[in-house]
Amino acid sequence: MTSEVFVVAYESDDDAGLLAYAINRATKDGAALKIVHILEWSPYKFLTPQEIEERHTRRKQEMLRAQEIIIDPAVAKAAAAGVEATGELRYGTVVEQIADIAARSSAAMIFVGRSGSNSISARVFGSVPLGLAQIAPVPTVIVP
Amino acid sequence: MNRFIACIALLAGLGPVAAMAQGIDETINRIFADYTGWYVGLIFADLPGTNFSWIALWLVVAALVFTVYFGAIQLRGFAHSISLVKGNYSDPNDAGEVSHFQALATALSGTVGLGNIAGVAVAVGIGGPGATFWMVIAGLFGMATKFTECTLGVKYRNEFPDGHVSGGPMYYMVKGFAERGLPGGRVMAVLFCIFTILGALGGGNMFQANQAHAQLSGVLGDYPGWITGVVLAIVTFTVIVGGIKSIAQVTEKVVPFMGVFYVIVSVIILLMNWDMIGWAFGQIFMGAFTGLGVVGGFTGALIQGFRRAAFSNEAGIGSAAIAHSAVRTKEPVTEGYVALLEPFIDTVVICTMTALVIVITGVLNVDAETGLYVWNAEAGRISTAGEVSGVALTSAAYAQAFSWFPVLLAIAVVLFAFSTMISWSYYGLKAWTYLFGEGAAKEVVFKVFFCLFIIVGAAANLGPVIDFSDAMLFSMAVINVIALYLLMPIVKRELASYIARLKSGEIRRFK
Repeated sequence: MTSEVFVVAYESDDDAGLLAYAINRATKDGAALKIVHILEWSPYKFLTPQEIEERHTRRKQEMLRAQEIIIDPAVAKAAAAGVEATGELRYGTVVEQIADIAARSSAAMIFVGRSGSNSISARVFGSVPLGLAQIAPVPTVIVP
Repeated sequence: MNRFIACIALLAGLGPVAAMAQGIDETINRIFADYTGWYVGLIFADLPGTNFSWIALWLVVAALVFTVYFGAIQLRGFAHSISLVKGNYSDPNDAGEVSHFQALATALSGTVGLGNIAGVAVAVGIGGPGATFWMVIAGLFGMATKFTECTLGVKYRNEFPDGHVSGGPMYYMVKGFAERGLPGGRVMAVLFCIFTILGALGGGNMFQANQAHAQLSGVLGDYPGWITGVVLAIVTFTVIVGGIKSIAQVTEKVVPFMGVFYVIVSVIILLMNWDMIGWAFGQIFMGAFTGLGVVGGFTGALIQGFRRAAFSNEAGIGSAAIAHSAVRTKEPVTEGYVALLEPFIDTVVICTMTALVIVITGVLNVDAETGLYVWNAEAGRISTAGEVSGVALTSAAYAQAFSWFPVLLAIAVVLFAFSTMISWSYYGLKAWTYLFGEGAAKEVVFKVFFCLFIIVGAAANLGPVIDFSDAMLFSMAVINVIALYLLMPIVKRELASYIARLKSGEIRRFK
């Protein structure tokens, strides 16, 4: 019976280091992992009529793809290491959604990768780790 | 990819052909006028003893009927419309689907355009400032028409197994009529689709290309229209056939920005002349009932205002029902609520801004002794600074405050024309696939056809052809409004049920 939940803000398999660290911590603490992938989406993004028509189909395809390529392998990796893990996919703003999931699942900690923090856009607009540092409801670990 | 490049080369190669075609303008015009003139005359015929076309009255009366029938839904539902657009009632689990805001923004990018810039200048130029008052009134009533058609559009749309959706008047004509046990739905749907295809090629394409070229050659100096046509056709081709979404996305982003920027500049000009705002409203109200010396007086102002509103916001034409039908919602009425904001933004806000700036900047010549507007009998409109009309009048008015504005306006007109073309290519395609069936090959035929018409529209001076396609656009309204009258009890039932569930808390607010 695991007592704590750790949320992993998982972008892709480029975050292998992040996932390995989270699995390691979860094993030591006897915690479960909630591996979360957010598909960036704004309800205010402008779409052409054609894109509007196809949106529902594309959304289904995007979710299926993300589930198969990103979430499922990560969950399997954690399970193989003997850690209880679940996956969750969501559309929205990454930082807001991760914080929301952490709050809703009463997570003890959030793990996030540092990837992309050095890009120019991250410096101007802020990156996911920086955003989480500001609004995360629980302690957040930034994995280099 | 090679086929794609070959198609672009083919389009570019058509330029000189289009140039040669200029020489046969006369012949085409004559043949078209001979065979279709009677129909154009019929659609735009004036009511006996007036210079008010029956089609404008048809749309205004429809708007009035829907306003009364739905108990002024545009007033009592306005706040709820805003809540829906803000996403207050959107289920967070539906994130990633088309939001109400997106459906509204896309539909708006199809209607905000030349009507708001050139059309208003024409109305104020002929009907005087009072035309603005009647334009706003017609826009406010038109909100009820959009509510009705877009609710039906969502209710009777087709959802295909792969998840994509198609909706519009042709679907509610067939399914709605069947539900009410009414005959003729299929015939009306086919007629509507034919009118939509021809309207899309004309008003939604050739007219736009023609005006874009007129505006560009006004700024850059005169040059052959086929050059504008080929460039626009290639860009449109890459978007609608080549699926190069980045161009469309850029346009879709720039167009709303242009719209907002246009309103901001207007507000700045109004604030710069804040001491005249009261006077301008006085002119609009007085002009609405007296005409202020404009020939035609009260009726002149009323006719121009009503006509421009009807032509600008497309309420009743049926195009909005196609645009709004793909939104993700379980409640068709919610999209009706959202769509009613369209005439408000298009006509009540943007058109009024244009009109106020034209009045305030003093580009309409006033007789210093009588205080009445000087009538230019030869041109059939109020005498203006530089004796210009249409887009040029709007441009002159804004240039009074900002000398750089005409260049920006030229860019805006081209972008507005382009986004209108993208929207209408879609409406035309939906009508096309309804008639001939879905399928990649069939769709490409229409899309290529559409791109060729852009070149023709920009290169040639085909007055009667464009008149005919305008007549087609309003023929859509004739068919669509009849269907709306027959199906409005269904909308009323939907509305009553929705309001009841909203009050009981069954439909819940998420934010």
